[in-house]
Amino acid sequence: MQISMTVNGDEITRESEPRVLLVHFIRDELRLTGTHWGCDTSNCGTCVVLMDGVPVKSCTVLAAMADGHAITTVEGLATGTTLDPVQQGFMEEHGLQCGFCTPGMMLTARALLDRNPHPDDTEIREAISGQICRCTGYATIVRSVKWAAEHPAVEENAEEEVTA
Amino acid sequence: MQIPAQFDYVRASTIEDALALLDRHGAESRVVAGGHSLLPMMKLRLARPECLVDINDLYELDFILPEATQLRIGALTRHSALLESTDVARLFPIVIDAERVIADPIVRNRGTIGGSLCQADPAEDLATVCDVLHAQAVVRGPGGERILTMDEFHKGPYETAVAQNELLVEIRFPIRPRSGSAYEKVERRVGDWAVVAAGAAVSFTVDGSVDDVAIGLTAVGLDGTISEAEAVLRGRRPSEVLFAEAGRLAAEASLPVDDQRGPVDYKRHLADELTRRVLRRACARALETQTTTMQEG
Repeated sequence: MQISMTVNGDEITRESEPRVLLVHFIRDELRLTGTHWGCDTSNCGTCVVLMDGVPVKSCTVLAAMADGHAITTVEGLATGTTLDPVQQGFMEEHGLQCGFCTPGMMLTARALLDRNPHPDDTEIREAISGQICRCTGYATIVRSVKWAAEHPAVEENAEEEVTA
Repeated sequence: MQIPAQFDYVRASTIEDALALLDRHGAESRVVAGGHSLLPMMKLRLARPECLVDINDLYELDFILPEATQLRIGALTRHSALLESTDVARLFPIVIDAERVIADPIVRNRGTIGGSLCQADPAEDLATVCDVLHAQAVVRGPGGERILTMDEFHKGPYETAVAQNELLVEIRFPIRPRSGSAYEKVERRVGDWAVVAAGAAVSFTVDGSVDDVAIGLTAVGLDGTISEAEAVLRGRRPSEVLFAEAGRLAAEASLPVDDQRGPVDYKRHLADELTRRVLRRACARALETQTTTMQEG
C-alpha cells in the first residue's frame, strides 16, 4: 500500500506492506536511523517519535496508521545548525552516556516542554517514566531537561517579550 | 525482530463505515484503535487477523461528556485524555487512580478505554473500575445499539459480548449523589500489570450511612464485584472495623494463582489490605464531596 506522511516537515510517500511498523519504516525506508529500535515490546521507549506532537512508541504503531500524520524524529529537532535547547541541554548536563535511549528521551522532553515550559523534577521523571536508560543516567537526563526549560529557543523568548 | 504476519489494512471514516468494513471482511477482521494490546499480540503471532479495521479516524468516538445523571465516554478516548479530564477527576476519582498506574505516559497517549475493555485482559485495571462504577457499555452493530452491563459485557478472559460485526462505541458511568471511589494497585515495577489491585465505589444516604457499595479486585480470578464484602457495609456507618471485615471477606473470596508475580498467600494479603485502603479512601472522598456540595448549596 502507499503510505504518505510528513516527516520532519517533509512530505514523503513510500510503497510499503501494511505490517511494517513505524520504527522500521523510519529506519529502513527513510534511512533516518536516529530513531532507535530497542525492546520491540513498547517497554523501553528508545523508539519514541512525535506523532502530531505527541510522543508515541513507534515499535507499536504501524506505518500505515501514521499515514496522513506529522512525524518528528530526532533528526527534526535541530533547526539548521542550531540545536534544539533539549539537545543543547543533554550536552551541557551530560544527559547521555551510551546514547541509545537519548533520541527517545529528547523527543519526550521536547513534547513535555511544549505543553509545560517549566516542569519540576517530578513532572520530568513522570514524563520519561515509560523510557529506560540502561546506563541509569536518569539524574543527568532530568538536569538536561531542566537546562532546556531554563534556556528556551530564541524565537520563544521573542514571543514571550512581545506578550509581556 | 518481531513482525506481524501479513494482513490487509483498511481505515474506517465513520462508525457505519467501520461496521460495513467488519461485515465485508468477515470473521478474520479485527478492529484496531491504540493498538497497544493487539499489535504486540500480532507481533508474537498470538493474533493473526487477516484484516485490520483502523478506527483512529472516528473522532466522534473521542469524547468525555458529563450529563446530569451519567458521564459518557467515547470508546476511542485515550487514557491520557481521561487522566487529564477535570470532569472525570471530580466525578470518578477511581478512574484517575487507575489511569495513573496503567502502563506509562507514552503508551497512555495511544491506548484507549474501549481498546482496554475489549482486550479484556484478566488483569485489566479498567475492568474493575467499570465493574464497581456499574458502568454500561454501548455496543453498536448492523441491527442498532445494545446497552450492556459489565456482567453482560465480560464473557471471560480475553472475551467480550462484542460480536465480530459490532463496535464498542461508548462507556457510561452513572452519577450518584454523595459518592466516592478509589483504586489502588500493587505492581512489581512502574507500568506493569497488577500483582493485585482493588477498587471501591461507595454512595451514602442523607443521614450518612452507606447506601450502595461496590468492591472489586483485579488479577485474582474474580468476575464482577464481591457481594459478601459489600454486604458488610451496606446500610451501616463506615468504620475501620467494617473495612477490616470487608477486607477479610474480599481476600477470602479471591482466587489468586501462584505465578511470577507472587505466591497465593501474598496476593490474599494484598487483596485484604488493598480492599481496606480503597474503602477508606472512597468513603473519605464521598464525605469530602458532600461537604463541598453543602458549602456550595
